[in-house]
Amino acid sequence: MELRLPAMSPTMEEGTLAAWLVKEGDTVRPGQVIAEVETDKATMELEADEAGTIVALKVPAGTDGVKVGTVIAEIAVDGEAPRPAAASQPASASAPPRPLQPAPGAPAAAPVARPAAALQPAGGRRMTVREALRDAMAEEMHRDERVFVMGEEVAHYQGAYKVTQGLLETFGERRVVDTPITEYGFAGLGVGAAMGGLRPIVEFMTFNFAMQAIDHIINSAAKTSYMSGGQMRCPIVFRGPNGAAARVAAQHSQNFAPWYAAVPGLVVIAPYDAADAKGLLKSAIRTPDPVVFLENELLYGRSFDVPEGEHLVPIGRARLHREGRDVTLVSYSIGVEVALAAAAELEEEGIEAEVLDLRTLRPLDEAAILASLARTNRMVVVEEGWPRCSVAAEVIAVAMEQGFDDLDAPVLRVTNADVPLPYAANLERAALVKPSDVVRAVRSIL
Amino acid sequence: MARKAARTKEVEGRFDAVPEPVRHSPSPQEYLDFYRMMLLIRRFEEKAGQLYGMGLIGGFCHLYIGQEAVVTGLQAAITPGRDSVVTGYRDHGHMLANGIDPRVVMAELTGRAAGISRGKGGSMHMFSVEKGFFGGHGIVGAQVPIGAGLAFAHKYRGDGGVALTYFGDGAANQGQVYETFNMAELWKLPVVFVIENNQYAMGTSVNRASAEDQLYRRGESFRIEGLQVDGMDVLEVRGAATVALDWVRSGKGPILLEMKTYRYRGHSMSDPAKYRTRDEVQHVREQQDPIDRAQREIVAQGIATEDELKAIDRAVRAEVAEAADFAEQAPEPELSELVTDVLAETY
Repeated sequence: MELRLPAMSPTMEEGTLAAWLVKEGDTVRPGQVIAEVETDKATMELEADEAGTIVALKVPAGTDGVKVGTVIAEIAVDGEAPRPAAASQPASASAPPRPLQPAPGAPAAAPVARPAAALQPAGGRRMTVREALRDAMAEEMHRDERVFVMGEEVAHYQGAYKVTQGLLETFGERRVVDTPITEYGFAGLGVGAAMGGLRPIVEFMTFNFAMQAIDHIINSAAKTSYMSGGQMRCPIVFRGPNGAAARVAAQHSQNFAPWYAAVPGLVVIAPYDAADAKGLLKSAIRTPDPVVFLENELLYGRSFDVPEGEHLVPIGRARLHREGRDVTLVSYSIGVEVALAAAAELEEEGIEAEVLDLRTLRPLDEAAILASLARTNRMVVVEEGWPRCSVAAEVIAVAMEQGFDDLDAPVLRVTNADVPLPYAANLERAALVKPSDVVRAVRSIL
Repeated sequence: MARKAARTKEVEGRFDAVPEPVRHSPSPQEYLDFYRMMLLIRRFEEKAGQLYGMGLIGGFCHLYIGQEAVVTGLQAAITPGRDSVVTGYRDHGHMLANGIDPRVVMAELTGRAAGISRGKGGSMHMFSVEKGFFGGHGIVGAQVPIGAGLAFAHKYRGDGGVALTYFGDGAANQGQVYETFNMAELWKLPVVFVIENNQYAMGTSVNRASAEDQLYRRGESFRIEGLQVDGMDVLEVRGAATVALDWVRSGKGPILLEMKTYRYRGHSMSDPAKYRTRDEVQHVREQQDPIDRAQREIVAQGIATEDELKAIDRAVRAEVAEAADFAEQAPEPELSELVTDVLAETY
C-alpha cells in the first residue's frame, strides 16, 4: 500500500520529511514511529497504521515542501500480496536532513505569494512571521529582565503554534511560564504582574479563548491609567492568533479586531508581514500601555524579508505596500494579502491600486488613510472579518467625515460574509474575503 | 477564636501544619494606634455617608463601617511599599490603613482634581504606586488574580514582598478566584488571600449563596491552608496576620484567611437593607463592635483613660472634618483632563 503524507494540523499544506526511522526491508508494526515530519507547527511523529514491510521509501529524508497527500513510502502490508518495488532512492534512517532538496515526484515548496511592489526597502533576512515574532520576544527578553512570557503551552510544548519555540531553553522556566488552561485567571495575573512592575507578554493560544479573559483586558488593563489619573500603568502585551484559521469552524474562527479597537486605553496592533510583526511586537513590549497584539495563524508560516539588527516599527503608523493612482485598498493583517493579490489582478487590467496596511488599529493612522484617499479619490476597505461595526466601518467613517471632498465614489467594504464561519470547505471559501470580491468592488466604483 | 482547616496537607504530612494563631499582645502605643486607625476609618466613612447624602459624592459608594478591625489588623503587619495590597470596591478603609492621606481619598470621592486619581476614578478606583496600593477594583473578584500577579512579581524579583489580596464573601463565588487559587499554590506565590466575610453579598447571605459557607475551607481542593478568624477583634486579626505572613514569606505558598466580620451599613448607599433585621445589626453593634471592644480593653488595661480616648476621637473627627472641607473646596478637574491619561504614550 502507498503511504501518503497526512495533514497533521488544520493549516498544514506541506511538511518537511525530517527523518526516516526505518529503512527499506524493515518490518513495521502498528503504532511504530517510522518517520519524523516537521509541520508548520511542530515536529510530528508519523506512525505505521498496519503491520508490514517497508518496500520503498519514496521521499528522501531532509526533503522540504512535501505536499500533503504525496506518496512517501510503499509498504507491503502483512497478508497482502507484495507489489514490485517502484524505483526509489534509498534513504538511510540515520541520514541527516538535507536542506531544501526537492524530492523526486514531489513538487518543490510552493513559493510564497509576494506582492510586486513593496515600498519598504527590500533586503534583510528571510524569515517566517512565526520566527520574527519569536525573535522579537527573545530580543526584548534579553534587553529587559522584566519581560516574561506566559500562556498555555508556551514553554515545554514550545508553543501551540511554535511561536515561542526555543524561549524556554534560552530563558528558563522563570521567564517562560506554562499556565494551566485558565484564561481569565492568567490574564488577570498578568495584569497584576504588570501593575507590580513587570512586563508580561500573555499569549492566548488563540484570541477566541481570550473572550474568557476579556474582562481583564478591558476592565483591568485598559482602564488602569485613566482610572488612576495616570498614576498607575499596565504595560502588558496580550498576543496570539486572531481571525479565521482553516476548517476549524465558528467557535475558533473570529476576528476580534473591531472589539478591541473600540476600547479607549488599549493599543491594538495587527501586522501582516514578518518585518512588521517583529518591529511592532518589540515596540508593543516596550510601550508603557496595554497592547492587544493580533496575529494570524495562516500568516505564521509565510516568509518575508526582515531587516537585520535592531528593527523597531512605530506604533500608530500605517504602511504603504504599493502605490497606485486609481484606488486605495485599505486593510490589515491577512486582509493585506487579499488586497495585494487583488491589486496584482487589477494591474493586469490597467488599474493601479494603492495598498495601505493599517498595522495599528488603535490609534488609527487617520492621516495616512486621508492622504491616500486624496491621491486616489477612491477607496475599498478589505477585512477578514464581519462587516457590521467592523474596522472597515470605522475607516469608512474617517473617509466620510474628514475626506468627503476627496471622494469620487462611495467607499466600499469587502469582508467575510455576515455569518458564523462554516465548516464545510466550500461554504468556508464562500464566507471568507477573497481577491475576486475586491476586484469586483473596485470595478464597481471606477 | 481562630479555626483551621484540618485536612489535606496537614493530614497527609506533606507540609508543616499552620500554627495556631495567638491573639496579638500589643504594646500600649500599638493598641492606641489600632484604636485610632479604626476610629479614623469609621469617622471617615460616616462623613462620606453624609457627603453622599448632600449630593457631594455620587455613583456607587460602599462603606466599610463595622469591618474596620480587619484592615487595621492586617495592614499593621505589612510594610507599605514593600508589600502589595489590592482589594475590591469597598476600599476607603484600605486606603487609610495603608497610610494614604484622608484628604486625597475624600477628594477623590467628591470627584476633585486633588483626588488621588485626579477625580477620574471615584470611590471604587483608587491607587497609590508609592504606597503599593493597587486598587480599588470595581469588578467583583477581578482583584484576586491581580493580587496573585502582584505576588508573581514579588517572587520574580525575589524582593521578599507579599501581596495582600482582599475580597468579599460574594467574590468568593467567582470562578476566577479558583483559577487564581490553582496557580497561586502551583507556583507557591507569596499571596495572602483575605476573605472579608461580612455575611452578605449585596443582599444575599452567605448561606443562601455558598454550598460551602465555611469560606476558610474554600482553598481545600487546591491544598491552600485556611484560617477562620474573628474579624471583629483587631488583636485576633493581627495575630492571624503574623501566622499568615510567616507562612507566606517562608516560601510555603499562599494562605487563606477568612475574616468573620459584619457591615453595619447597606451594601452601597442605595441599599435599603431589607434582607436583614434591624435587631440583627443592632445586636452586632452592641455585642461585637471592634472599636468598642478595643476601647473597653484599653481602658481596662490602663493603657489610656476614657478622657484620653475621647481626645483621640476629637482629633480624628477634626482630621476627617478637614479632609471633608478639603474635598468640598478643592476644584473639579480641568476639562482638559477629560482626554489625558487614556494612554501613557503618544503615538
